[in-house]
Amino acid sequence: MSMKTIGQTIKSLWSLIVGLKITTVEFCRPQITVHFPRKEVTNLGTYRGHIDLVPLANDAQTPRCIMCGYCADTCPSGCISLKFHMTGEEVNPEQRRRLLLGLDVAVPRSGGKTPPPDKIERVLDKFDLNYNYCSLCGLCVQGCPVGSLAFSRDVYLVGRARQDFEFDLLGRLKSRAGTNSGKAAA
Amino acid sequence: MPHDAMSKLVGDYYTTHFSPDPTSEGDTLILNLGPQHPSTHGVLRVVVEMDGEYIRRSEPVLGYIHRMHEKMGEVKTYLQYLPNMGRVDYLHALAWNWAYVGAVEKLMGIKVPPRAEYIRTITCELNRISSHLLWWGAYILDLGGITPIFYAFADRERIMDILQRVTGARLTYCYYRFGGVSADIDDDFIKETREFLQHFKTRLPIYHGLVTGNVILRGRCEDIGVLPVEMCRRYGATGPVLRGSGVAYDTRRFEPYSVYDQLEFDVPVGKNGDAMDRYDVRMAEMVQSVRIIEQALDALPDGPHVSPDLPDRFIPDKGEVYFAVEGARGKIGVYILSDGTAKPYRLKLRSPSFSNLHVFAELAQGTLLADAISIMGSLDLVIPEIDR
Repeated sequence: MSMKTIGQTIKSLWSLIVGLKITTVEFCRPQITVHFPRKEVTNLGTYRGHIDLVPLANDAQTPRCIMCGYCADTCPSGCISLKFHMTGEEVNPEQRRRLLLGLDVAVPRSGGKTPPPDKIERVLDKFDLNYNYCSLCGLCVQGCPVGSLAFSRDVYLVGRARQDFEFDLLGRLKSRAGTNSGKAAA
Repeated sequence: MPHDAMSKLVGDYYTTHFSPDPTSEGDTLILNLGPQHPSTHGVLRVVVEMDGEYIRRSEPVLGYIHRMHEKMGEVKTYLQYLPNMGRVDYLHALAWNWAYVGAVEKLMGIKVPPRAEYIRTITCELNRISSHLLWWGAYILDLGGITPIFYAFADRERIMDILQRVTGARLTYCYYRFGGVSADIDDDFIKETREFLQHFKTRLPIYHGLVTGNVILRGRCEDIGVLPVEMCRRYGATGPVLRGSGVAYDTRRFEPYSVYDQLEFDVPVGKNGDAMDRYDVRMAEMVQSVRIIEQALDALPDGPHVSPDLPDRFIPDKGEVYFAVEGARGKIGVYILSDGTAKPYRLKLRSPSFSNLHVFAELAQGTLLADAISIMGSLDLVIPEIDR
């Protein structure tokens, strides 16, 4: 065996000792994982869950939504569907058509300043989210002209069936408002 | 089907197409590596013809995770296509984000505010480190070392926490928008990033001590899969695969986009073009990414994080555009052909892994099967990016 081979062998063995030293030091370091059911990780504050409706500042039962339909149009997966009806003045069919086509509605980033035409008040009947197809891109939340959508923080959402991820967001908002006012009364 | 053909196991089109040459001498065996093989990291299938322990021929078979991203681009509006970009290469999603928004911005002439450019640089480089960390762990896992991936994941987890703060996601980011980014970074983000960079600088020597100098790793990487520059050129290999062969080509340096021309960084290159050189290049790139992030954090200007004068609808004029960025695996390019409507007429994604993979077939010729695994790992393939 030549001197070179011996030198090579010693060098190789040394590299293994260096590695073992590192793993030993790491072994003595405090644990960085958490044991889930007993402890939670600390970064859940920035977690993004499915979207939720944001209520008006003075009325927790009513969403800020102006029913412009931007979210439903923009959603890449077509998760959002909303229905509304109009109250107040009689609406002629042409106006209704224009409303449904969204020709006069607030444009994105306008701050929601464009009002519905002819003082027609729109009432939101239904705001459904099919979370099965949502990719959480945030285009609806970001694009909403009145800030009526926000991400929920529900980290531990689980379901057994597809239907468990089809949300009635208006119902969720109302039930949330109900529990909040109940708490306030108590 | 005739009875004698049924009596033999004929396999599918690829194996029959690949059947041993009857004139070849000796006993060879057709072997399928994948689509469910631990070292193909996803659903890549490689058909190999084995002569004993040696590979005579090999051919990658693609398409197992094809999702028609390019076709999807033709049926979605420019804005709606954004989430797709997080899913082409899930490990360096922000580079794909950047390539696409950059192409649309170039097409529509949208100006990006300086703060947004710096935020993009910081987040993209953080993402590059996390991508290289995962490759580092997974490559050594392929070669039989289990410990490093836990070390890599501990650090990668911190990057994901930082990016989660602004992007809201941990893997398939959809953060960049036309004319900026979707959320501004705050002081906590900057503080956490600086803390992480300090921490990461102490971790790199640990990585090198644990793995780079290790005799077993060097035995599995040195002089394995020597890739000549000429072969890189023929296949269009880019990124660390090309740089490992000694060509200092980096899109950030040679086709500077965003603020990269104002930042100082080196382009690490290898000498021999073997697996060890590709390994070294990636390890050195992480150091350069740290340098870039530090400079970008120091130079971070105030201002809006998204352009204030954006059009209400993203409908570009007729025209075509190509925009390329440097991803963790190489040159990412997006080509858009617009016919003046709300949806692109044609959208082409140039993914670096696709070109890098095809080097493998030639590189693996005549090597041991175990070495082929090392070669495949050193190419850092991401299968969803290959298939798109």
